[in-house]
Amino acid sequence: MHPALQAIQTIVIGVGGCIGYFYFSNLLLDKVLFPARGPQAGRNISRANMIRPWLFLLPAMIALGLYLAYPVFATFKLSLFDKSGETFVGFGNYAQMMTEAKFWESMRSNALWLLFVPAASTAFGLLAAQLTDRIWWGNIAKSLIFMPMAISFVGASVIWKLIYDVRPEGAEQIGILNALYLALGGDAPQQWLTMPFWNNFFLMAVLIWIQTGFAMVILSAALRGVPEDTIEAAILDGANPFQIFFKIKVPQIMGTIVVVWTTITIVVLKVFDIVRAMTNGQWGTQVLANYMYDKLFTSLDWGVGSASAMVIMLLVTPILVWNVYNARKEMR
Amino acid sequence: MDNIAGSKPALTWAVHISAVLLVALWVFPTLGLLVSSFRTSDQIASSGWWRALSTQESQMPAIRLSGTETQKDGVFVIEGNLFEGSSATVARWGINSRDPEAYAAGETGALQSGEALTVTETGSYTLSSTQSMADLRMPRVFVTASQPPQFTLQNYDTVLFKPAVGQSVGKAFLNTLTVSIPATIIPILIAAFAAYALAWMEFPGRALLVAAVVGLLVVPLQLALIPLLQFHNAIGIGKGYYGVWLAHTGFGLPLAIYLLRNYMAGLPRDIIENAKVDGATDFQIFTRIILPLSFPALASFAIFQFLWTWNDLLVAMVFLGTTQDEMVLTGTLLNLMGSRGGDWEILSASAFISIAVPLVVFFAMQKYLVRGLLAGSVK
Repeated sequence: MHPALQAIQTIVIGVGGCIGYFYFSNLLLDKVLFPARGPQAGRNISRANMIRPWLFLLPAMIALGLYLAYPVFATFKLSLFDKSGETFVGFGNYAQMMTEAKFWESMRSNALWLLFVPAASTAFGLLAAQLTDRIWWGNIAKSLIFMPMAISFVGASVIWKLIYDVRPEGAEQIGILNALYLALGGDAPQQWLTMPFWNNFFLMAVLIWIQTGFAMVILSAALRGVPEDTIEAAILDGANPFQIFFKIKVPQIMGTIVVVWTTITIVVLKVFDIVRAMTNGQWGTQVLANYMYDKLFTSLDWGVGSASAMVIMLLVTPILVWNVYNARKEMR
Repeated sequence: MDNIAGSKPALTWAVHISAVLLVALWVFPTLGLLVSSFRTSDQIASSGWWRALSTQESQMPAIRLSGTETQKDGVFVIEGNLFEGSSATVARWGINSRDPEAYAAGETGALQSGEALTVTETGSYTLSSTQSMADLRMPRVFVTASQPPQFTLQNYDTVLFKPAVGQSVGKAFLNTLTVSIPATIIPILIAAFAAYALAWMEFPGRALLVAAVVGLLVVPLQLALIPLLQFHNAIGIGKGYYGVWLAHTGFGLPLAIYLLRNYMAGLPRDIIENAKVDGATDFQIFTRIILPLSFPALASFAIFQFLWTWNDLLVAMVFLGTTQDEMVLTGTLLNLMGSRGGDWEILSASAFISIAVPLVVFFAMQKYLVRGLLAGSVK
């Protein structure tokens, strides 16, 4: 069957199936199992209402359980077995991983990414929000800075690879970074993506470019929510615009800044496409997610691959706990 | 707040200029690729895209002369134009690859085999000899010429309709569409029912479930790859579209439920209670009242999910497979970067085809996207 037909069929079956399930399961509950008539009508209604939430939740719970909750445990189990998943090796995979230079390289790059990407994106986002909130063409500016959010990581990698492009010395440079570097007095064109240590930063630039728009949109909304009277009071007290920004506005939106920071942190921990597309982890740019992919699908080593996936999970866990804690606080 | 900046013209200017710089910095990278995708490979290779609008002097690839011989006054002559239709101005030219700028336009040079060649500024040439040149291998000419700005749709044509082996962008486009449409639509209904239950129905364990959804929001999908592949193999769907659709549905649900629940919980209590008093069942309340009122939140999630599934690389690579026919746009692009890394005319056109749809969706539905982002992260 042609995939497009298969897609249409899936939409019809999927959507029809959902509607059918919800409609008929409710019908069954109300008309057959606990009909709201006869001598026990009252008891039946309350019983039906006890069961109904679970009818509504069932498909979602099955999908979430199977596709997100179960894999956490299954991956942990796989990480305790050997390459092919047959022999139990305890924490042998973790021990082996610790001896690999590539793993430590990934940890180092991930640490760099964690340190710089959320900070830079949030800072640029804050700057963009503050600048665009005050000008008449602010909305156009916002939507242009926000635009990279719609571009895939791979597409963005192509875009930035053109910027980092390098031609032999003497030839006309077509990458703007090298053209600028030479125009500003650089001696020879640079291989930006193979430059040890610094190439990590050239990869990070791509993610910062994408995430700044996200930070800007959210921080701009928060800035607009800062009460006018606090700012007016500061003006009356003679504060200059910089003092107003850093001492009045920023402290009041600290909560939002933390949310933006943690959201970008999660994206950074899972970064894969950019590294895969631009360097494939060569020249000291390996990151955990790409290390894991190589282990799983190139070396076909499910044990170590799963172990490195667990490391990513472990790094995400503090944020997970923090989010759940906050959500529970709000529910009360 | 305007009055603060307005009272100091210098500061207003500083704000405008910084904003222009920031916007330029953010637009420039994409613009570079867009401009490049409309240039020929020679243009891309010989000058930076930022010079696409200016007249450029560059050394063109060697041109082999051709033409029919005529005889004039005992001299054999071949005449023609190097550029054939396109306009360019010759600055220097040469016959030897080691000295491609030997002659100025209008000068006459001598070939090793004895013929004389004249190339004028407009590119017309005259090759003359005392003997017939019928058996002679025609000489090559190296030209340094300035060309006016030129743009072409050739790259898009090549990429979409005449792909070389291993780079079928058109097919990949259809595959991507096939992956993302069902993967966007199916989670919405499932999530909407669950969100209603979590927002408006009373039952034990509700708070716990909401917390679980919040927790699952950040679980890296990297953990799910091998266990789910095993699961798909076990139930017999293996690698293929069903697997991708299911995976995207599962991975998209936490955000969908979270966004929709937050939105639904904010709907006015009166409407729902009045409906209950009038005897409406939960199912009726949901389909007749909640669902239509939640349209903005549904749209927000649909855009997120569409962008995410369209732009995804990892899920497609793992669950759909990596052979030529199964490739989505991001995967094809990744392969092209590996195999045709220097061919910017192919890469830039392919990349633009892959980001065109998300960009259109983005600019058309930006309002909902922003609303969704705000609902999803700011409390």
